[in-house]
Amino acid sequence: MPELASALTPLRSSENSRKVNMTEAAETDQVPVFRTRGLAVYYGDFRAVRDVNLDVRGQEITAFIGPSGCGKSTVLRCFDRMNDLIPSARVEGSVEYHGINLYDKAVDAVEVRRRVGMVFQKPNPFPKSIYDNLAFGPRLNGIKKKNELDEIVESSLKRAALWDEVKDRLKASAMGLSGGQQQRLCIARCIAVEPDVILMDEPCSALDPIATARIEDLMQEIKRDFTIIIVTHNMQQAARVSDRTAFFTTEVNNESDRRTGVLVEFDLTQKMFSRPSDERTEAYVTGRFG
Amino acid sequence: MSSDTNRWEIGSLRLAPARRRADTRMRLIFSAAAVATLAISILIIYTLVKDAWGFFIDVPKGDLWNIGWFPRRGIFDIKTLILGTLMVTGIAMLIAVPLGLGVAIYLSEFAAPRVRRVLKPIIEVLAGIPSVVLGYFAISFINPNIITALVGGSNKAFNVAAAGVAVGILTIPIIASVSEDALRAVPMALREASYGLGARRVSTTFRVVFPAAISGIVAALILGISRAIGETMVVAIAAGAVGGGLFSTDPFQPGQTMTAAMAALGFGSDQVAGSGLAFQSLFFIGFLLFVITLVLNMIGDRLVRKVREEY
Repeated sequence: MPELASALTPLRSSENSRKVNMTEAAETDQVPVFRTRGLAVYYGDFRAVRDVNLDVRGQEITAFIGPSGCGKSTVLRCFDRMNDLIPSARVEGSVEYHGINLYDKAVDAVEVRRRVGMVFQKPNPFPKSIYDNLAFGPRLNGIKKKNELDEIVESSLKRAALWDEVKDRLKASAMGLSGGQQQRLCIARCIAVEPDVILMDEPCSALDPIATARIEDLMQEIKRDFTIIIVTHNMQQAARVSDRTAFFTTEVNNESDRRTGVLVEFDLTQKMFSRPSDERTEAYVTGRFG
Repeated sequence: MSSDTNRWEIGSLRLAPARRRADTRMRLIFSAAAVATLAISILIIYTLVKDAWGFFIDVPKGDLWNIGWFPRRGIFDIKTLILGTLMVTGIAMLIAVPLGLGVAIYLSEFAAPRVRRVLKPIIEVLAGIPSVVLGYFAISFINPNIITALVGGSNKAFNVAAAGVAVGILTIPIIASVSEDALRAVPMALREASYGLGARRVSTTFRVVFPAAISGIVAALILGISRAIGETMVVAIAAGAVGGGLFSTDPFQPGQTMTAAMAALGFGSDQVAGSGLAFQSLFFIGFLLFVITLVLNMIGDRLVRKVREEY
């Protein structure tokens, strides 16, 4: 696992200047938050997705849509280097984060994940109290004082619109919450470390329509502060929440019968759903395929 | 099935008598297995309690708290055996808990799949070594090489410490294997949540995976302790004091555990077999062992319920 080994190497002092550059870039917003060029991801010999070129802008919601196996989650997991956790995964091409090559040897995946948070398909609260779930990230970052933690826990829960529901039972287990509450808890837990980007991998696919609507409202609330990328199977959801949409699909490989994902089209959501340039996009969004 | 006209009669849904008989037969077979196991357990406990009680009635109570354990001379100092058991178990746990948990954490969280595929079976082979072999390993290797180096040669050829270390080695695979299963059963989603928040592997292991697996780990420790308390052969061979021994708190002296004392009582002695106080004392110790293990399991159960993180 050479990638994992380098990922776990802590940032050397020379990288501190890079960190400063990262924040400066975020403020000026001249470079996109993420820029991929010729991105391809392999699992062993299998090429899951290829030739992805896209620019993700800050303070917007970008949606990735497409049929199963089109590689949209795989691409998403490049942005916080979650693919590093899969020993056989290999990334080709470039992924830039505020102009910095994310897969540079000097970049520490752990530092990346402190800036790029992730919300998963199935709500995955820790089997700890609601409070300890929220305090987990801040504690990792060395915050120990109780009043500071209390403040972060409260403000994060408020921003995730969960505070009123749980303020009287912060010491109760997070596992006792409903699915929708658990997912908002996971979003709050993500917010608590003050990331720059929040990646959401089908965050509503395990939730009912009411819980889904609350998460969508929440996304609109927080998009001022965070860049959000959401993978979704639900086209209406993409149309409702996102500013820009990327449509992925699958293509049969020449070399094997396994399918590889490709990025078909990436544009303003409004345009993607009204007059897409590619006929495959049109077929998908009008429900004639996939 | 009946004819077309009355196809929807209840008759077509009725359970066939042959099926019903087969069901009944299977239920009988399985419940017989359950009942047999229960009956055997009750028989054992009955035998244990009957003779233990007989001993307790007959023995002069002063002989239960005396200078040492000499059953054939009518001196049944029970604290000698209990302390011996505690010392052996304690020393065993000093070895087995850090090594066993360390191996489990390494295998589950750190080892590459290829390393795990090789290492896990090797550790499980260790569990298959007959304890007699480890008894002799204690005499021929552990005592002269490790214990002697530790205390500068003031130890005896047979002593409690060497036996404890050997019992510890015997216990490592149990603790390692059960707690590794518990660690691996923690859902990948929790590890991902932790990594997603910017945790490193060590934080993920100790703040997320380990707490989530705690009930399984406590279970592993209790299994290990029970195994160490129950281990007979290693102690009978390596700890010395076969015929009996004086009360001693020095682990570098010969000593006896409850189980080893029971075994020693049985070894080819016609004085003991059949009846007599010495023979009955065997059941008394057995009963004490039974109670100790039971209490341990109950404490463990309580502990687990208290600290468990349910995922």
